[in-house]
Amino acid sequence: MSAVPLSKSAPAAAPVLPVPAAPSPLAEAARMFARNPAAVAGLVLLLAIVLVALIGPLVYAVDPFEIRAAPLTPPLAEDAWLGTDYLGRDVAISLLYGGRATLLVGAVAALLSVAIGITIGALSGYYGGRVDAALSRVTEFFQVLPALLFAMVVVTLFSPSLLTVTLSIGLVSWPGTARLARAEFMKVRDMEFVRAERSIGARDARIIWKVILPNCIAPLVVSATLAIGSAILFEAGLSFLGLGDPNLMSWGMMIGSSRQYVLSSWWAVAIPGAAIFLTVLAVSLIGDGLNDALNPKLRER
Amino acid sequence: MNLLRLLASRLAQALLLVVAVVVLNFALVHAAPGDPVETIAGASGGMSEELKAELRQSYGLDKPLPVQLGVYLSRVARLDLGYSYFFNLPVVDLIGERIPATLLLVLSSVICAFVAGTGIGVLAARKPNGWLSQTITVLSLVGFAAPVFWTGMLLVILFASVLPIFPVAEMRSIDGSDKGLAGVLDVLWHLVLPTFTLSLVYLAHYSRLARASMLEVLGSDFIRTARAKGLADRVVLYKHALRNAILPVVTVLGLQFGNVLAGAILVETVFNWPGLGRLAFESVLRRDYPTILGVLLLSAVVVLVMNLLTDLCYRLVDPRIQKR
Repeated sequence: MSAVPLSKSAPAAAPVLPVPAAPSPLAEAARMFARNPAAVAGLVLLLAIVLVALIGPLVYAVDPFEIRAAPLTPPLAEDAWLGTDYLGRDVAISLLYGGRATLLVGAVAALLSVAIGITIGALSGYYGGRVDAALSRVTEFFQVLPALLFAMVVVTLFSPSLLTVTLSIGLVSWPGTARLARAEFMKVRDMEFVRAERSIGARDARIIWKVILPNCIAPLVVSATLAIGSAILFEAGLSFLGLGDPNLMSWGMMIGSSRQYVLSSWWAVAIPGAAIFLTVLAVSLIGDGLNDALNPKLRER
Repeated sequence: MNLLRLLASRLAQALLLVVAVVVLNFALVHAAPGDPVETIAGASGGMSEELKAELRQSYGLDKPLPVQLGVYLSRVARLDLGYSYFFNLPVVDLIGERIPATLLLVLSSVICAFVAGTGIGVLAARKPNGWLSQTITVLSLVGFAAPVFWTGMLLVILFASVLPIFPVAEMRSIDGSDKGLAGVLDVLWHLVLPTFTLSLVYLAHYSRLARASMLEVLGSDFIRTARAKGLADRVVLYKHALRNAILPVVTVLGLQFGNVLAGAILVETVFNWPGLGRLAFESVLRRDYPTILGVLLLSAVVVLVMNLLTDLCYRLVDPRIQKR
């Protein structure tokens, strides 16, 4: 207990004062987030990118693989304002369509990896002992396995498609989340409110998902945000290596296919890369903002 | 004595993980659609019947799965990773040829990122709100968000056309001054851009980490004691604080080795660096499965070895660990 200030004597009857309702922690966090200009900028940027990627192709329905102007047209030309690549495909149109695959794969793969990571970390941290030993071995195995190479092998063996790419990214990028969830669960599992819950006979599943998880959700949310950024970069890397879905335009694929022609069409490489960069930047600004907003201990920094 | 026993148990663990990777490779070959023989040979159709029969026999493919696994494991144990029909070489030789280039790139990048990163982080920790600290925050955001192959290609554009002082591809000059000191310098000269690209990502990360950990250490009691004893600022900072602040950086460095290797694959592809990463890229393009599976196995071994080495380094930096 913290030191009680030395008061002379407690008042005989405390005056009844209306107690102001404490703001809900969520509202408090939202307020903190809204006061952080970098985080808000990230959110606005990400929303803009997602909107453009969703609506753009609907408004402007063409085939992004189609040849639309002379090859290697520099930007600001009349028929292609961001220029064309070595085949004459319009960079602006590819950019518009490429966002879809990149964002979709990034989001779904991140969701998958966070789901696997939290489940494994939660079981490992909650049960401890042999379960922990076994699951930690599995985590270690996936940490040793070079993720990008493993995804390359899986995607090549099972032929590249949206599904294989998403699955392979999700399956290899969970160990970080698992370690974090494990540590959080170990920290919380013996706290009093958890013991209280156990003493009234709550089942393990309830304690894990309904009691402990909400209490360590803050760091996990932050790590999930970062996982989206990593998954987008991962997808971009795979498509850069030519292992994305060949029928879907993506930002990484644009860079990869123009790799050999970079000196005669720098725009076909620089522009999609900038799109990836801005997207991941937006996501990590949001992540940093959430970290500050959800973790009150860090607020003074 | 204790250290030896620990090392032995670590090695045993590592060996188990290697076996697990081999089993995974085996499972992948069999789970892949199509005839495992074709997967093993890395050919899609057009194989001669004799070769098929020969491979079937040597891998025991007509026997039950556990026996096949046994055959596969014993082949790998004898360092037989199969034969690349595309490169016309045993996979082991192929990989052996490419390892030095990758190790050179990865190690130089990690060392650069570690030294420069901790250096910047420690300098920034002296003024927690100074311009250097601000720069680190921005740099770590940029370093995480910029795809490594994109920064690499931007550097290629810059140094190939605007500022041609560094070579942007390959590991050696074509005119081949590959003997003695000139050869070494030539390789180092080619190493500059790939190393810079790969280390940029981790430099930002390590500097942020080093700064945070240094600030934490500088707030602790033993630093106050050291200052109270009247030790020089320099001694307190570099002898007392740095040694403790560096530990989290070493831990993260060890954990991230797999990521660095992934970055190396992309960087090697950008700069045509003749290492494992480019080999992986080439063999994926050619559907050369034995080679890509071999690279996967070997990379896992490299990561394991690096983890072991980090662990040993950790013990050198932090003698307290040995007591446990």
